[in-house]
Amino acid sequence: MSSAQQSMQQPDSPTTRMILVLTGIAMLSGFLVVLVAQLTAPVIAENQRIAIEKAVVKVIPGATTHKEFYLEDGKLVTEKQNQDSDSIYAGYNAEGKLLGVAAKAAAQGYAGMIYLLYGYEPSCECIRGIKVLKMAETPGLGDKIITDNNFQANFDALDAKVDIANRSLANEIVTVKAGTRQHDWEIDAISGATISSVAVGKALNESAQRLMPQVLTQLHVLEQSEVIHDAN
Amino acid sequence: MTQINKNKDAITWETFSEGLWVNNPVFVMLLGMCPVLAVTNSAINALAMGLATMFVLLASTILVSLLSDFIPKQVRIATYIIIIATFVTIIDYVIQAISLDLYNALGAFIQLIVANCMILGRAEAFSSKNKPLKSIVNALGMGIGFTFALLCLGVVREVLGAGAIFGIDLFGENFQPWVVMILPPGGFLVLGGWLLLFDWIKQRQAKDEEQEGRANVA
Amino acid sequence: MSPDSLTFIFINTILANNFVLAMFLGLCPFLGVSGKLNTAIPMGLATMFVMLVSSLSAYGVNLVLVALDIEFLRLISYIAIIASSVQLVEMTLKKYSPTLFRSLGIYLPLITTNCAILGVALFQTFKEYDFGQSLVYASGAGIGFTLAIALMAGLREKLELSTMPSVTQGAALSLMLGGILSLSFMGFAGLGG
Repeated sequence: MSSAQQSMQQPDSPTTRMILVLTGIAMLSGFLVVLVAQLTAPVIAENQRIAIEKAVVKVIPGATTHKEFYLEDGKLVTEKQNQDSDSIYAGYNAEGKLLGVAAKAAAQGYAGMIYLLYGYEPSCECIRGIKVLKMAETPGLGDKIITDNNFQANFDALDAKVDIANRSLANEIVTVKAGTRQHDWEIDAISGATISSVAVGKALNESAQRLMPQVLTQLHVLEQSEVIHDAN
Repeated sequence: MTQINKNKDAITWETFSEGLWVNNPVFVMLLGMCPVLAVTNSAINALAMGLATMFVLLASTILVSLLSDFIPKQVRIATYIIIIATFVTIIDYVIQAISLDLYNALGAFIQLIVANCMILGRAEAFSSKNKPLKSIVNALGMGIGFTFALLCLGVVREVLGAGAIFGIDLFGENFQPWVVMILPPGGFLVLGGWLLLFDWIKQRQAKDEEQEGRANVA
Repeated sequence: MSPDSLTFIFINTILANNFVLAMFLGLCPFLGVSGKLNTAIPMGLATMFVMLVSSLSAYGVNLVLVALDIEFLRLISYIAIIASSVQLVEMTLKKYSPTLFRSLGIYLPLITTNCAILGVALFQTFKEYDFGQSLVYASGAGIGFTLAIALMAGLREKLELSTMPSVTQGAALSLMLGGILSLSFMGFAGLGG
């Protein structure tokens, strides 16, 4: 009590002291925050890398290792030059054979952005699996895009063939009403989670339209890279 | 005066237990409701949120009670808020470092710990007026009380809404989950249910005591 | 309707993703100030105004933070923005509209600790909304908050006069009411889908 009484009996503090205290606290908090941000940064980066690694192995069936490439000005390179360039993950089996590529996709869902990773198999030109990296969809409804097996089955072999001119996909990936899927490039929506399902389709379509025509012309870069890697 | 001072600073069982039951921040004072209802759709989220809040509460209590003599009272709320926001940012990074899945599940609600009126309330009403050690003991009690309340909700909602507890399936294939319980209305209803239960217990106790009192008089 | 469109965001934040009933933000005033209809509505309007002001400032500040690559200061700066915009609203009202200030005055300090305000600022950043979307999001959140608190106040005014078992007369009743309101607002979930 004595300390509290003292501070109560003090005359109103002069402005300088207020500013001094506030500045001091602000500096202390700035120091603490920067310290923690610096300390945790490598751990967080490592966690994110592991999450991507797990996701890549999941969306490319049979893959055991992966390598990250960056798509810059239509060329696949191993060194990142541009901050905003897209990452392409090439997945290989134990013998070093290229099985497929994975890329990120994103679209606005029901309660925020949905971030996905999807696996693309060049031999069948189809999407072989998706993994949700981050989302905030309603538990019990929108999060069925992760838990619903029927929905996941859409991506066993989702058609994403590149058109003859090699500029975009031959057929746009679209989400259709639950149970009305007729073509291989359509996604059956989950009833009760329509907006989330549509967002998944939209994200895949946008990303595959943009990236895959470019990637398919440069598969040799992905294959060769692993050969060189093996020789070392 | 010295005698009174001594008593005032003494750390008793009540200092600690106040937050557990008598003044439980959730069930009695109804503070910090936003995380209570928003992230308790599973037991593990509830536990993580409770522990994160407890960390922020403890750390800011320590700092506030140490600095309270130096902080001019006109700017005290601003100072407390800065201190709380600092520790919330820290725990935000720590949770990201521990588990990304957990971080994604809790979402923006970790950062909303800042607006948890329980923490600011404790800083203003207790830590700034008491010795550091006593404040810490009290904050620990409050933190455990808060975590306990979150767990009460999280467990009930997960068992009813997903048929599982801490992610472990309880009832097997044939259980039809009561999905509404992990949706927003479930939060309101389950907390309302707990409050009803506690009010009922309290009324029973009061009635019993009254009867005992009457019996003694007779 | 696309989830990016302004109409969708607006309607969605008012009804299906109502800040109070679906996101649990701003529960303290929802349970505390919802006793009477004629205090609930001014409270809602004052909150809406502060939401708009702080949402816009938060949008600007976030641009600066991202540009300078110091996002770890986001939370601290948002809190500072909210505290100062409440202060700003208070001073402006005092100067230009003393009558309104007198009727809203007591609610303004309460607004600072309202997590709905911080929620608007944080969620618009998390959802990566642009300027127009943020503006619409903040107005939707404000209207939704006012709607929820007004509905609640109306219900509680009716209940004042009805006979209830003594156990249910505390906060438990308000929460149960909130649960039923929330359940009925879930009916809007299909809107725009």
